[in-house]
Amino acid sequence: MTENKNMKSKFQPTTEGYYGQFGGAFIPELLYPNVKELEDNYLQILESSAFQEEYKDLLQHYVGRPSPLYLAKRLSEKYGATIYLKREDLNHTGAHKVNNTIGQILVAKHLGKTKIIAETGAGQHGVATATVCALMNLECVVFMGETDIKRQAPNVARMKMLGVKVVPATSGSKTLKDATNEAIRYWIQHPETYYLIGSVVGPHPYPDMVARLQAVISEEMKVQLKAQTGNENPDTIIACVGGGSNAAGAFYHYLDDENVELIAVEAAGLGVHSGESAATSQLGEVGVIHGSKTILMQDEYGQITEPYSISAGLDYPGVGPLHAFLHETKRAQFMNATDKEALDAAFELTQLEGIIPALETAHALAVLPKMSLKKDQVVVINLSGRGDKDLETYINHLED
Amino acid sequence: MKSLKNIFQEKKNLLSIFFTAGYPNLNDTTAIISELSKNNVDFIEVGLPYSDPLADGPTIQDSSQVALQNGMNLDIVFDQLKSIKETNTTPLVLMGYLNQLIKYGEDKFCEACVACGIETVILPDLPMIEYENHYQQLFKKYGLTNVFLITPHTSEERIRKIDTFTEAFIYVVASSSITGAKGEISNQQIDYFERIKSMNLKSNLIIGFGISDAKTFNTACSYASGAIIGSAFIKHLSKHGTDNIAQFIDPLKS
Repeated sequence: MTENKNMKSKFQPTTEGYYGQFGGAFIPELLYPNVKELEDNYLQILESSAFQEEYKDLLQHYVGRPSPLYLAKRLSEKYGATIYLKREDLNHTGAHKVNNTIGQILVAKHLGKTKIIAETGAGQHGVATATVCALMNLECVVFMGETDIKRQAPNVARMKMLGVKVVPATSGSKTLKDATNEAIRYWIQHPETYYLIGSVVGPHPYPDMVARLQAVISEEMKVQLKAQTGNENPDTIIACVGGGSNAAGAFYHYLDDENVELIAVEAAGLGVHSGESAATSQLGEVGVIHGSKTILMQDEYGQITEPYSISAGLDYPGVGPLHAFLHETKRAQFMNATDKEALDAAFELTQLEGIIPALETAHALAVLPKMSLKKDQVVVINLSGRGDKDLETYINHLED
Repeated sequence: MKSLKNIFQEKKNLLSIFFTAGYPNLNDTTAIISELSKNNVDFIEVGLPYSDPLADGPTIQDSSQVALQNGMNLDIVFDQLKSIKETNTTPLVLMGYLNQLIKYGEDKFCEACVACGIETVILPDLPMIEYENHYQQLFKKYGLTNVFLITPHTSEERIRKIDTFTEAFIYVVASSSITGAKGEISNQQIDYFERIKSMNLKSNLIIGFGISDAKTFNTACSYASGAIIGSAFIKHLSKHGTDNIAQFIDPLKS
């Protein structure tokens, strides 16, 4: 939120929402008035003092920010580097998602909206949306793939307790992509609703708005690193990418600092070329999904491929347009981790540091063994979420 | 194939039917077009089945999924349409999503349309700004024209701009809903149709979304050059296959 308006960064979108060739607003005319209303107002709202005051107050007193930057000594020792964990898992509701939902619910209120819709994959965004809707006394409907409803039962229960209607998406692979389709269709039919998108995806201005709201992660990192290491820049930042909101937030204030290595980790599922994967940067090609031009997994006729990952938050066939641009320009290095590597990394962190990470986050941890690290290399891993919701998967893995 | 532009000059109360290529069976495309032509349908929208059809309701979504399972793809549908180019006289309009065109190759897609005698496409997720920046020129190169949609929430300024871009017709979305939603034509919708009609646009208007039977078709025709029926026809196909198409069309033409 401290973006310098005079800074002409190539990593900021154009007025039409483009990062290089990626982005834009590829929406049916039916959605044009909604998206236009948001586009015309979002910057003014985000930069207003009324918004800033309320947003910062809620982040501090309700979410519990700033989230700690923790030097993981045993993990550092194991990998021969200086590894810090940015503890987004300690936020209220257990992940970085709430940074965005707090911000967008305030935007929705400023626009006079009274009904909220959202999509969710792992359920973290659904829970974070349900939470802020309870807080603001707003009606909320969350769309979630039928497959994800089964594999993320604790989050479904939380949403229901928070008073939200959870609508199963039954088309396609019944996961995040399909939940997003259903949310968009509902939005078309109910243009009075506010669509609270959970990642840096969707038509402009969503990718930019969500990135700005998640940017608090790297804003804090700068201050915390300065205090702990004497230098506000780390050598390397690692974050997992499904749509890419936690990575966008962790990278945001370092995008123009080319000395800071940025690593985005995608889910390789059973292996990048196994046919059961969600490693979009490796398998995707340019196209349009959910209102933006980006790279996405598709067949030779442009039919969008069903992605696969053990992690419900990462099995998305696209990636936000900013990330497509970071990949194309090689500003960020894209790595990936399989289901098994992620599971192993989750157990390793738990046993070394006493922190059970979310399965999504475990993918970011899983690239450590693949990197050649130096002892004084300062690495920040964005610990985007906690693993309570994944206990069933973890227990099954223990029994295997 | 007749030119769509001529149809508008020749006739009023145009009936257009939408169907999904590859549904109910992979090779039904040419039979459906032939039956619709025989039954005096004025122009036909051929839907290119898509994995993520955001602007379509459940009926068309399901038909797309079945068509894709049947093995339908752009090469096959273009081959099917090419095979009837000389015999079919009813104008065809292709309706698909932008990603299909991008992946297939923009020029290759346009060339294939021309090879099939198609001059009009509807890409509901192609926004006006992208059209102005890029696609207008591309389509012009191939003599293709794009149809824009307007809704009750489209501003007058925007409608006027769409009017200047339009060569075939403006697709007037009957309500702010996705295709196939239930209900009759409401007073609110009539106010909207009257508002559009009174704008005296140069373009022809065709009303679609929520038109399902003779009653809604006739109402729509009193405010526009004609109307499009989609979901109701798909439902008919799923019950009766391609044999009884006359049974669906006859009541609409009376």
